[in-house]
Amino acid sequence: MKFAVLVFPGSNCDIDMYHAIKDELGEEVEYVWHDATDLSEFDGILVPGGFSYGDYLRCGAMANQSNVMVEVKKAAEAGKPVLGVCNGFQILTEAGLLPGALLRNKNLKFMCRTVQLKVENNDTQFTNQYEKGQIINIPIAHGEGNYFCDEETLAKLKANNQIVFTYSGENPNGSLDDIAGIINERGNVLGMMPHPERAVNDLLGSSDGLALFKSIVKQWREAHV
Amino acid sequence: MAKVKIFVTLRESVLDPQGSAVQGSLAKMGYNEVTDVRIGKYLEVQIGDTERNIDELVKEMCEKLLTNTVIEDYRYEVEEAN
Repeated sequence: MKFAVLVFPGSNCDIDMYHAIKDELGEEVEYVWHDATDLSEFDGILVPGGFSYGDYLRCGAMANQSNVMVEVKKAAEAGKPVLGVCNGFQILTEAGLLPGALLRNKNLKFMCRTVQLKVENNDTQFTNQYEKGQIINIPIAHGEGNYFCDEETLAKLKANNQIVFTYSGENPNGSLDDIAGIINERGNVLGMMPHPERAVNDLLGSSDGLALFKSIVKQWREAHV
Repeated sequence: MAKVKIFVTLRESVLDPQGSAVQGSLAKMGYNEVTDVRIGKYLEVQIGDTERNIDELVKEMCEKLLTNTVIEDYRYEVEEAN
């Protein structure tokens, strides 16, 4: 399986993401600059964290206007898996690929620590290697991860099981219903604030994030090999 | 030529933790009459010669990039230059 790691000016988790795929997962991966106009050779798209365009105006707003985002929308439309982490999640909401928006953390602080997540839905192509209700340790590092959507959208997210991860115990940012990660209705676009790519080896403090990437590969292999 | 002043604010249904923090500081300073503070953004956009309708143009830019209508409202004023 061949992954693309998108790189915007100001991305800073692209190398972690690349390492997770290449060295820990053992799959093919390439960096793709934001002005790329073709993603057709890739089977999965990873939108990493960072501060694209310095978070100017709004997190993810300017990145959403990049050439490559037109291609990400095409890939999502084609049913390819698209994962957005942290700033990547913010970019996917700005792009309208996921509902809602990420607001400033309720306590106004940049939160950088390992948190516990609960796997709310393990019936997705990103979480099939987890147990439902499993508690996993994944680091967060964000100042604007406070998930918000209107009541109608929240009801829809719940009805369709689109809430994939919630914060277990402490909610670090004030997000609605403790939401840490959501998936689109079709089930091929996942956005999450915590960083699974930083939890892919016990040496990093946790390897709980690796199962997320393994899930993507498993689903892809079943469909393509 | 026109100068467009755009005011972007968080929608009323959206909590503004920055605004609350500022209100808290004002209260500590003795300004107890302040009941709410909301923080927004102000943009000045200079528009050169165009054949397009300015309102249409500004609304389009606001909705495509300058604001996120999921969480923000906007209003604007157009100052025509002589």
